[in-house]
Amino acid sequence: MNWDTVRRVRSTAVVWLSGLAVVLALLPLAMILFFVVSRGVMSLNLAFFTHMPTPVGEAGGGMANSIAGTLMLIVMGALFAVPVGVISGVYAAEFAGTRLATMVQFAADTLNGVPSIVIGVFVYGVAVLPFKQFSALAGGIALGVMMIPIITRTTEELVKLVPMSLREGALALGATRARATMSVVLPAAAPGIITGIVLALARIAGETAPLLFTAFNNRFFSTSLTQPISSLTVQVFTYAISPYEDWHRQAWAGALVLVALVLSCSVLARLATRRLERLQTGQ
Amino acid sequence: MASLFQRRDLAFRIGTGAVASCLVLLVVAIGFELARQSSLSISKFGLSFWINDIWDPVSGEFGARPFIWGTLYSSVVALLLAGPIALGIAIFLSELCPARLRQPLTFLTELLAAIPSIVYGLWGIYVLVPIVRSFEAALPAPLKALPFFAGPAVGVGMLAAVLILAVMVIPFSASVAREVLKAVPLSQREAAYALGATKWEAIQAALFYARTGIMGAIMLGFGRALGETMAVTMVIGNNPKISLSLLAPQYTMAAVLANEFTEAADELYLDALIEVGLVLFIITLAVNVGSRLLIWNMNRPAKARKPVVAAAPVGEAA
Repeated sequence: MNWDTVRRVRSTAVVWLSGLAVVLALLPLAMILFFVVSRGVMSLNLAFFTHMPTPVGEAGGGMANSIAGTLMLIVMGALFAVPVGVISGVYAAEFAGTRLATMVQFAADTLNGVPSIVIGVFVYGVAVLPFKQFSALAGGIALGVMMIPIITRTTEELVKLVPMSLREGALALGATRARATMSVVLPAAAPGIITGIVLALARIAGETAPLLFTAFNNRFFSTSLTQPISSLTVQVFTYAISPYEDWHRQAWAGALVLVALVLSCSVLARLATRRLERLQTGQ
Repeated sequence: MASLFQRRDLAFRIGTGAVASCLVLLVVAIGFELARQSSLSISKFGLSFWINDIWDPVSGEFGARPFIWGTLYSSVVALLLAGPIALGIAIFLSELCPARLRQPLTFLTELLAAIPSIVYGLWGIYVLVPIVRSFEAALPAPLKALPFFAGPAVGVGMLAAVLILAVMVIPFSASVAREVLKAVPLSQREAAYALGATKWEAIQAALFYARTGIMGAIMLGFGRALGETMAVTMVIGNNPKISLSLLAPQYTMAAVLANEFTEAADELYLDALIEVGLVLFIITLAVNVGSRLLIWNMNRPAKARKPVVAAAPVGEAA
């Protein structure tokens, strides 16, 4: 075999190997989806959404309180994180290149890399320990801290995508920079930012670790901010490591609901961004 | 008029800047708060906390080394598995993939990152661990003689944790590596092709150009693996004992926090756990800052190298 053939064979081998890498990554994805759907569907019924957990040994029941809890925690987190994240993102985009903007970008990336369990410990220190009480509020703060960097980076990227001509148009009409940003640039970026926020919320809804010792868990239905609150993820964890067969079934059902939530949001967000792109290129 | 303008813009800048500084403050506050809450353990054990092997809540003796070991060992082995695969995905999606398949495949690989960690854990306990157990039981005797495969086949343990971590980390490393490869100028590949390079040789040229960014992508995945909690907690076996064996049940920093935090009865125990959180925070911070610097550095050469290329037009402008 001459050298050229060797090179050509080697090149083809690499093409196939890298294709194989994609297959290797998609295999577990397919496996996980298969098991979550097949086992989850078996135990998912209306009672899962409308009933409360039953005591140990009693079959049936559902996760109504956990579903409500997750929704409440997410909304609370968003109330903290959306204003801070959007404003920080606007700052990082509008004043890009300044020292503070660079620091903010770096802080957002760093915060994004802080393990979620560490954020749980941090919030335990600031919002649980002083009051000697696990609370829904602490859980909301923990989720909010996790959302802030994601929303900041999304907003920053989308604001930067707004064409310079729009901003220049506003400035040429005599607008202040603040006015140009608030009335022209932000509305232009808003659909994308909202899509990004929805995606961030869906991802954070799947977080367990930051809730373990902030929101804790609750066997009962609760809407109180100062009491522990249940969440889908913590409830799935509790059930998954329990010794009861019936609870395992419920855990799979909970996993299916979580996966369906995250995946449907991802797909919707993707369709929405594609439409936005088409609209923008159509302009 | 102009001054009113300037004043409003200044107010806008200061207002948004004040909110944005919250992010910087938050990072500082996390470090500060963790150190403050663990003061009891820090003052009692000092640096020996990092190297002591014994974790005994009953007698009040706490050393974090088994957890540090478990975290680093699981993450390193996971990266050895995930790194090449992530790189392969990045190469395939950015260089080789037919245009029509690119978007759907990218979307699918990124879905791996969207699946909640608790779902990975659930799948890990009930699907992966039994598979791992039968695999471990079927290991040939010569392999079992190696320290990496010593011990009984229990299923839960380092190997299951490593496999799950590898799957979870792949999408992060792959997507950053893909972006880094996308940032390599086309001229690099064109030059290689012009010299008669095969596809793989041209890719090598691109890989070499992007080497710091790719290192950064892998390190970013490493940072993710270090902090991963739920899935690892559910399959690693939770045994604070240092071992080289992939079959042995071990423990990680994140897992000990998830398991023992709400059970910590006395103050020293709680402080020691918070200090574990502090150690984890410091390690991930270092890894993340390192990887970001590498990635930023990669994106900068395009600018830094410009003057060399632009040397000719300078004369033109003058």
